[in-house]
Amino acid sequence: MANPGGGAVCNGNLHNHRKQSDSLQSGNCTKNGIVKEAQQNGKPHFYDKPIVESFEEAPLHVMVFTYLGYGLGTLFGYFRDFLRNCGIEKCNAAVEREEQKDFVPLYQNFENFYTRNLYMRIRDNWNRPICSAPSALFDVMERVSDDYNWTFRFTGRIIKDVINMGSYNFLGLAASYDESMKTVKDVLEQYGLGVASTRHEMGSLDKHKELENLVAEFLNVEAAMVFGMGFATNSMNIPALVGKGCLILSDELNHASLVLGARLSGATIRIFKHNNMQSLEKLLRDAVIYGQPRIRRAWKKILILVEGIYSMEGSIVNLPQIVALKKKYKAYLYIDEAHSIGSVGPTGRGVVEFFGLDPRDVDVFMGTFTKSFGASGGYIAGRKDLVDYLRVHSHSAAYATSMSPPIAEQIIRSMKFIMGLDGTTQGLQRVRQLAKNTRYFRQRLNEMGFIIYGNEESPVVPLLLYMPAKVAAFARHLLNRKIGVVVVGFPATPLAEARARFCVSAAHTREMLDTVLENLDEMGDLLQLKYSRHKKSARPELYDETSFELDD
Amino acid sequence: MATAAEQWVLVEMVQALYEEKEELIEEWQPEPLVPPVSGDHPALNYNVVSGPPSHNIVVNGKKCVNFASFNFLGLLDDPRVKAAALVSLRKYGVGTCGPRGFYGTFDVHLDLEDRLAKFMQTEEAIIYSYGFATIASAIPAYSKRGDIVFVDRAACFAIQKGLQASRSDIQLFKHNDMADLERLLKEQEIEDQKNPRKARVTRRFIVVEGLYMNTGTICPLPELVKLKYKYKARIFLEESLSFGVLGEHGRGVTEHFGISIDDIDLISANMENSLASIGGFCCGRSFVIDHQRLSGQGYCFSASLPPLLAAAAIEALNIMEENPGIFSVLREKCKRIHKALQGISGLKVVGESFSPAFHLQLQESTGSREDDVKLLQEIVNHCMDRSIALTQARYLEKEEKCLPPPSIRVVVTVEQTDEELERAARTIKEVAQAVLL
Repeated sequence: MANPGGGAVCNGNLHNHRKQSDSLQSGNCTKNGIVKEAQQNGKPHFYDKPIVESFEEAPLHVMVFTYLGYGLGTLFGYFRDFLRNCGIEKCNAAVEREEQKDFVPLYQNFENFYTRNLYMRIRDNWNRPICSAPSALFDVMERVSDDYNWTFRFTGRIIKDVINMGSYNFLGLAASYDESMKTVKDVLEQYGLGVASTRHEMGSLDKHKELENLVAEFLNVEAAMVFGMGFATNSMNIPALVGKGCLILSDELNHASLVLGARLSGATIRIFKHNNMQSLEKLLRDAVIYGQPRIRRAWKKILILVEGIYSMEGSIVNLPQIVALKKKYKAYLYIDEAHSIGSVGPTGRGVVEFFGLDPRDVDVFMGTFTKSFGASGGYIAGRKDLVDYLRVHSHSAAYATSMSPPIAEQIIRSMKFIMGLDGTTQGLQRVRQLAKNTRYFRQRLNEMGFIIYGNEESPVVPLLLYMPAKVAAFARHLLNRKIGVVVVGFPATPLAEARARFCVSAAHTREMLDTVLENLDEMGDLLQLKYSRHKKSARPELYDETSFELDD
Repeated sequence: MATAAEQWVLVEMVQALYEEKEELIEEWQPEPLVPPVSGDHPALNYNVVSGPPSHNIVVNGKKCVNFASFNFLGLLDDPRVKAAALVSLRKYGVGTCGPRGFYGTFDVHLDLEDRLAKFMQTEEAIIYSYGFATIASAIPAYSKRGDIVFVDRAACFAIQKGLQASRSDIQLFKHNDMADLERLLKEQEIEDQKNPRKARVTRRFIVVEGLYMNTGTICPLPELVKLKYKYKARIFLEESLSFGVLGEHGRGVTEHFGISIDDIDLISANMENSLASIGGFCCGRSFVIDHQRLSGQGYCFSASLPPLLAAAAIEALNIMEENPGIFSVLREKCKRIHKALQGISGLKVVGESFSPAFHLQLQESTGSREDDVKLLQEIVNHCMDRSIALTQARYLEKEEKCLPPPSIRVVVTVEQTDEELERAARTIKEVAQAVLL
């Protein structure tokens, strides 16, 4: 694994863990002069490849200016609110009806302060409507605002062929219709679109059974169950698995659906620091030794909730250590592979394959089909008794509509494509192309001097912007140069760490990535975004060094 | 300063504590992750439908007439809807690969929101990608800890989950009993007078359904609106069953009673029943709806609705607007079968005569819920043998706040002909007689 400049002194944290080499290797391969032998999948072993994750801290002056920027924005916000109250400035927001003016106000004034005064100024960077499939190039509808973003108006023009660095299209399977999607068309014509019933009643189609068998085969587990919405998969199944008297240990940066599911379950929730195994171990020890607070009885069960790839940080969960901890303390592991299924691992089977672990070590596999498979919906997989229990007790199976048949067919088709069951190796090539693109993109960005978070193998690349004004400028300038990026600020990220988040896709060609990188370079100089204090040396030959294990 | 001997004892104690802790860790045995489920649990063996769940359905290998899927307007099979979805498939592919905030907003979504707002004659509409998540995300967006929600006992599970997520104070009132609701509101008023400062910031909401899924009855909306203005509580109306069914143009229970839609603060419905697609929507005034765009969890943190489903919903709306006559046809059929099913010995019909989804409950329960369920399942099985596809209404017994009694769900659709309705009524009568006597 190339690690240019690794080990150099820097202000951030560079974790060097031992990591197991991936199992899918054609015989011996020589890397940096070290001969590695092919290893068997399923055998528990210890790792000898370094994981490189970095979360570099910004220089002090950047943080000072960021907070100053927010402070100034807040002051202005108070001033404008004052003017609006006096009536000097026109208030463009919608107001309550005349007849209901004496009701208790629906929103507290301060709740919306941030929305009204800070978000509203730059909100043209979000909810941008598009009018084509979200593939590597897409068409954005042009919209302008005459009143500083309070209302938008479409000019009718379409910005064509914008490079898409924002959609979760990791394997490039979300594209407009082509002949390989013929089965989806046939299923649509035969089955229609809706199902109009729940799984327990009359909504269990043969397509669902076919899909569930395929998912179980894909993940190498005993059984699987699919649901119509990824968010709802978490929020409706965690309450079915744990209840009062159980303990949930959840990562600091877990997704809203996991947090909601944990809260709805009624179990006690304790949070451990992001990907920090000492913090998790301390919580586990305390839980097992001291039991429930106040009544001192043992916990019924302990469930650890983690994600495969964290979407805002780009970090990959430290799975080998978590599995070791879970085995020692007899806890259960629930892993949400929304971003990692299909995008990491030598054959795209997710984080468990990435680390070369045994799928039986993880108790509950959960994932969504929205990101790598170009469809929608979620699944839970694991042992047969787990899936049988969920078939009976899941809230979604009893009360929510099942998945639409053409969507199920699209997932079946994508999965067969990735697994190679359609007779070609294109799926595997895409997985490898994604890994190649990821490594190239991250290395170039590091070399340019931006601060990038996350694991170097994760296709989600957050680039730190920090200051709120730069967030808006970055997104707007890049759209003018026909590149569509996603920027995220408070409250999805900590206040001072606004970022742009790129999603590398297998559909991006080298030229597209080079265009994007050139423009990012210019933007970095224009907006002074290159905060990184350890310059990595630019040695172009190292990029191609990763390609020898791929078949080109 | 501890002496050498005392220090040695301290070290030994710490060592013993450490060993004790390790022992505790070794000894602890958690419960298994999931308790075992018996192989013949009724919910484990789903009815498997081969092929589309349309009017003529093939369940477990048998060809039946479908009286179980909520396909009220028969649009699951409509060729126009499928054609519109196909056009969308060609242009956009299947998935949207992102939430609404991050390039997941397609022009089809904006179109659908526009059309729904115009159809319901409100200012704005917002669509969700899953019917269950619609009301379950809408309620916690407005009602927080410390607010008070008055909700009907027979509210569906999605509403219950929304209320649970909101952490508000829940007050249940008896099903459709306005006197009970008024009593609770009066009690709250007395509480308010004791603490006027707190009352000024406590929001109140009344959550009701248009046509209740669990009982098939209609909510008394005019009285509710009166109570709303008298006690200053906002109304959230869940119209999954009544959208596309009640009212002259299918606009739901507000049109049925002739109430101005501005009096209702939020109307939420799912598009999975009449519109034969997937997803849900909320509509109302912009002041109310716009808030969900930043605080509706199912909207902000979830991928948007696949465009082919949105296109299908738009086409279904077109069909609804073009022939407003189907709503009265549907209601006629409901009244017909409602009448035909009266007087079956052992079963009683629960629900309004114009409700397309109603229940058949046992007139006298055997005493245990399990036995009731078994009896009803026998009736359902015999009906399926005679090509009438029915299903029991399924609940999660341990999770429901107020568990309804076991029942058979009967769903009427526009596609069912009069002969089929007669045959169904006859079959149910005969089977009920055979099984229950």
